[in-house]
Amino acid sequence: MIPASFEYHRPESMAAALAVLHEHGDEARVIAGGHSLIPMMKLRMADLSHLIDLQAIKDLRGITVSGRTVSIGAMTTQAEILSSKLLKDAAPILHEAAAQIADPQVRNMGTIGGNIANGDPGNDMPGLMQCLDATFTLVGLEGERFVAAREFYEAAYMTAREDEEILTRISFKAPQGGHAYVKQKRKIGDYATAAAAVLVTKAGGHVTSADIAMTNLSDVPVYSRAASEQLVGSACDDTAVQAAVAAMLDDIDPNEDNRGPVAFKRHVAGIVLGRAIERAWSRA
Amino acid sequence: MSKMHIQMVVNGESREVLAEPRELLIHTLREQMGLTGPHIGCETSHCGACTVDMNGKSVKACTIFAAQANGAEITTIEGIGAPDDLHVLQQSFREHHGLQCGFCTPGMITRAHRLLQDNPNPTEEDIRFGMAGNLCRCTGYQNIVKSIQAAAAEITSAKEAAE
Repeated sequence: MIPASFEYHRPESMAAALAVLHEHGDEARVIAGGHSLIPMMKLRMADLSHLIDLQAIKDLRGITVSGRTVSIGAMTTQAEILSSKLLKDAAPILHEAAAQIADPQVRNMGTIGGNIANGDPGNDMPGLMQCLDATFTLVGLEGERFVAAREFYEAAYMTAREDEEILTRISFKAPQGGHAYVKQKRKIGDYATAAAAVLVTKAGGHVTSADIAMTNLSDVPVYSRAASEQLVGSACDDTAVQAAVAAMLDDIDPNEDNRGPVAFKRHVAGIVLGRAIERAWSRA
Repeated sequence: MSKMHIQMVVNGESREVLAEPRELLIHTLREQMGLTGPHIGCETSHCGACTVDMNGKSVKACTIFAAQANGAEITTIEGIGAPDDLHVLQQSFREHHGLQCGFCTPGMITRAHRLLQDNPNPTEEDIRFGMAGNLCRCTGYQNIVKSIQAAAAEITSAKEAAE
């Protein structure tokens, strides 16, 4: 499986990367870890004549936590997320999710920025970013702008990022309370049949806030405000969890594929959300 | 499309080749450098037969362009042991029946080699999590886990004896 020919660029600064991107327009694509893009190039489903490798741009790496604000460079790999003590303390849900993405070799190459910007509904980070209410920094020739994760995804592989912009950074407030990322997959390395990201806070035995997002159950990641609202004020008992699951099922729109028919996916979505709420609550 | 000069340190030796940017690292290693230890299995980054070490990390050479590896340090199975000088892991796979057909073995051992450098005393769970990117259709994995556990114990006791 050999991809079509292209010209390779390895700029050492954002300015240089943006200049190449601007020069070649939609004939150019940036590559981070390449573990989504290269398979598509091999299948000749991604068509490009200029490949811009971001590996040499140092500003795109690194994890910082300042006060409650967590900031992660787009080229940070899933393996770096997994091994970051800083992130494990500040946002353990990210650690829990990264451990369920692909396998060790793929996590050594795959980046958080690629996972987010690719716009593949199967990727795990987009759903998680809905849950965390993250903000994405996009940089173009005209400067930078910030887009909320909840506004970023438009359709499968379609996002608010313009062709000549590069995602550089992901930031969010370190979550409080309990968390869980529960993913059902057929095998290691597969995308989720269904996955649920849950954050809950607790006071006096009741839920004070909740965020619920689902992965691979629609063309875009699903942030279910209705499901979250079912939990708030409840004691997170079975009735409240079932109400949240029912509300979530109204927000998803899965397609039948090799992971199963729609009815099965809806069933799995309910199971993983129930488990995620239970686990998050037990940690709150 | 014009070819690029690509320089890598492979198994401790500086190598330079000319390659089209679209050439995959696995093809550069196997066809240009004659290093046929890393195998081409699935070609879709699932099976791990093409695993090599790049800058101290296990990667799948079927899903990396040689151009991306320009300037990198690469270790393949050929850099880990030789037929007349087997690495502890290779000896251990042999003794504990950690292979049957052998196709996945170079990738398995290259991955296990890095795993034991990152974590010299892994639990069974650590090994299964750490080896999850390598598929074997023969063994059922039980003897691969045993081989890695035995090699880890041997390397640790050799280190303790030397101290």
